[in-house]
Amino acid sequence: MENLISIFVNSVFTGNILLAYFLGMCSFTAVSKNMDTSAGLGLAVVFVLSITAPVNWLVYNYLLGPGALSWAGFPDIDLSYLKFITFIAVIAAMVQIVEMIIDRYSPALYSALGVFLPLIAVNCAILGTSLFMVEREYTFVESVVFGAGSGIGWLLAIVSMSAIRIKLRYADVPEGLEGFGITMIMTGLMAMGFMLFSGISI
Amino acid sequence: MMKNQNLKIFFDPLARNNPVFIQSLGICSALAVTVQLKTAIVMGLSMTFVTAFASMIISSMRNVIPKNIRMIVELCVIASLVILADEFLKAFFYDISKQLSVFVGLIITNCIVMGRAETFALGNRPWPSFLDGLGNGAGYGLVLIAVAFIRELMGSGKLFGFSVVPGAFYDAGYENMGFMLLAPSAFIIIGLLVWLSKTIIKE
Repeated sequence: MENLISIFVNSVFTGNILLAYFLGMCSFTAVSKNMDTSAGLGLAVVFVLSITAPVNWLVYNYLLGPGALSWAGFPDIDLSYLKFITFIAVIAAMVQIVEMIIDRYSPALYSALGVFLPLIAVNCAILGTSLFMVEREYTFVESVVFGAGSGIGWLLAIVSMSAIRIKLRYADVPEGLEGFGITMIMTGLMAMGFMLFSGISI
Repeated sequence: MMKNQNLKIFFDPLARNNPVFIQSLGICSALAVTVQLKTAIVMGLSMTFVTAFASMIISSMRNVIPKNIRMIVELCVIASLVILADEFLKAFFYDISKQLSVFVGLIITNCIVMGRAETFALGNRPWPSFLDGLGNGAGYGLVLIAVAFIRELMGSGKLFGFSVVPGAFYDAGYENMGFMLLAPSAFIIIGLLVWLSKTIIKE
């Protein structure tokens, strides 16, 4: 249990997928202009991450990893080089399924998330989480916690960034620095804030 | 083969239309590898390889790809090239591939590759698409190298792993900036470089 809590806290704060590993920057800079859309995209990312991380764990450990096919009688086969293409296919398929389910059961949420759901398939944070999960050799339960934690960390980062950008509208930013440049510098300052959590141990 | 127009396609993304600075694409997966110059260069080269060949292959298939499944076809081409690059690094540069860890794999979701395939390769012939991919990959690589140069020099006083800050400096009280080795510094350096490049290009 303690282990799980520490993975969770680590993936939300110190090892924040956006601020410490720079993943999901593209949609972060593009979407954080608006509070509502960034909250919507953030929630969608949490949702998709909590599903894809465990699904990819199952795929990797029962189909691709070294010795993973021993249940089918092929203990010597190592398909781990196929993980990139399989993971991205799983993610695209999951996003599609999630989109259809939301459309069927919650049209309101569907129209709120709308354009963002398909975009999530190419968000590096999603693929990155799956790859980190394989590299750090998490167990199944750990991968669920890690997926959800990374999503929440990303949500936290994008929502606070959009809050800062709203305030920034009234600030006089030097020419050439406005837009992308100042966003990066603010992200850097935010990342410093998040790094302070590394002093906390559970 | 090397007409003026083609040269322009190649050189434009290196500076005036740099994918990172001007189009603000593809910073994901990039900055984590910029603590050292060596990893940054390898990452830049892998990226250039993938963008160039992905653009060329997609452009040569552009007339046979059905419109509504083009995304998935593009992803397949890109992912196969990334697997090639990753296996190559694992076989010949094992240490570097360990340091790059998951970031080579993340080239798949890098917006530059997908963006060039969508905006350029689908509407142009293979050779210009190849040059366009090459230029964009190299433009991205240049940014990585610039950031890595600053971070490695100021953070550990080295370039390519060799100490370049003279020992006398340290004796006189100079200290490496530990901050440069941490993640936030990369964001701030990129922000400042964007400012610099926008100011220069405007003039």
